[in-house]
Amino acid sequence: MKTLREHLHVLHATLQRLWLTPAASLLNMTIIGIALSLPVGAYVLLKSVQQLASTVADAPQISAFLDAGKRDSELSALKGKLESDARIAKVEFVSRDAALQQLQQSTGVSDMIGDLPHNPLPDTFIIYPKVTDTKAMEALYQELQSWKQFDHVQLDSAWIKKLDALLDLGRLATAILATTLSLALIAITFNTIRLQILTRRDEIEVTKLIGASDSFIRRPFLYFGLLQGLTGGVVAWLLVSASLWLLNGSLANLTQLYASDFQLHPLTLPDSLALFAFSGYLGWLGAWFSVSQHLWQIEPR
Amino acid sequence: MIRFGQVYKRYPGGHEALQDVSFDIAKGEMVYLTGHSGAGKSTLLKLVAAIERPTSGSVLINGQNIRAIKREAIPALRRNIGLIFQDHKLLFDRNAFDNVLLPLQISSFDHREAAKRVRAALDKVGLLTREKANPIALSGGEQQRLCIARAIVSRPDILLADEPTGNLDAEYSSEILNIFKSFHQVGVTLLISTHDQSVLQRFPARALHLDHGVLQQGANA
Repeated sequence: MKTLREHLHVLHATLQRLWLTPAASLLNMTIIGIALSLPVGAYVLLKSVQQLASTVADAPQISAFLDAGKRDSELSALKGKLESDARIAKVEFVSRDAALQQLQQSTGVSDMIGDLPHNPLPDTFIIYPKVTDTKAMEALYQELQSWKQFDHVQLDSAWIKKLDALLDLGRLATAILATTLSLALIAITFNTIRLQILTRRDEIEVTKLIGASDSFIRRPFLYFGLLQGLTGGVVAWLLVSASLWLLNGSLANLTQLYASDFQLHPLTLPDSLALFAFSGYLGWLGAWFSVSQHLWQIEPR
Repeated sequence: MIRFGQVYKRYPGGHEALQDVSFDIAKGEMVYLTGHSGAGKSTLLKLVAAIERPTSGSVLINGQNIRAIKREAIPALRRNIGLIFQDHKLLFDRNAFDNVLLPLQISSFDHREAAKRVRAALDKVGLLTREKANPIALSGGEQQRLCIARAIVSRPDILLADEPTGNLDAEYSSEILNIFKSFHQVGVTLLISTHDQSVLQRFPARALHLDHGVLQQGANA
């Protein structure tokens, strides 16, 4: 109870100090907010793209397009041959009529399709391989390509792999960005606290003389760093949320044209809390470094 | 309460501030520390408050040896010592009341009890009506009394005063010495440094006299 009151007292005093220099406080919070909003924004973007990719395809599949004019008996023979292959889990036949119907339903190009003189789509086997490793998949794909019955064979996992590689790159870039800007946040807090310690030198000296412990002297500075980091995190949250709101507005127009419902997902509650905790912690850490660096230099004489 | 045993203090550069100083101050005693400026009075007080450590010898405060005291133990030691400085060391970013409150905040006193104690301390030094004033608006004598109020608010066993009457005229310094005397009467141990001989004549007590870092008289009560 006693300690709680003490901490509340320090919190109150720290808020007062922030309030006393509104311009400097606001500037620091904005700088920290902008620094944090970059990696956070990149993270949100990556997460949205990743979600889109995962809804499009989980397992890779091979599409084998047939020459036109195959008879039913030929088709069922071919299906049987595919199904008997140990490397294949499942075979699905999509007739050209079914494919056309699907296309008409799924995208907004039905008007265009209606104008076509005949159905341009081929019959297709969609093959779900049992094997999952890239090499075996590649071998199966090569073999199917050599079959005379198929006009064209396509390995659908290729673009997923490219996207995955791209996403990995994006993740790495975000991590680098987050690390460097976190260091910047620590540096900003370090310097702010350093200046505060210098201007409050007399106070520190006097409190040491009348018996203040190190933790008592350290506490207001740590609180200041924590609060500054936290408010910076809130600024970052506001910046990212406002940007997403603006972007989603115009993104809706764009994705409608592609018949997709892709949108940038706002920060979830756990993500937001993690952001606040992290920014507060970094501020605290910067203050801690600064205090442990500078406080011992102030000894009463 | 305060016991020096063959204390030497040498500063970097070779200056010997104290040489072979030994004395004993009993609990509840009031003792003057006299000598010309540069005789080592301030150094001696700094040793008592653990602001400096002796080069050799032992400084025992309430049984604790300053020479070997751990850094973490110093705050607790200082909370039992009221320090009164010649330059007051008041904080000008807060009013008189908050200046006196500071030692109680440090020892995390209950808020209401602390306010009572602060007012009692301000009353004791005659500044109760000035609690809202910023120290910068107070006269030299008032600032000195405010400094005393801050030193006594946590009711320490020992009071150390470094030239408390240094810059004050006779009337003010008598006021302050009367305050000290009242603390002496309630059993506080006082060590007051002064170069003002008239103080000793008006309020006689045992005096430790330092000359160039050597204790000349007053070692024994």
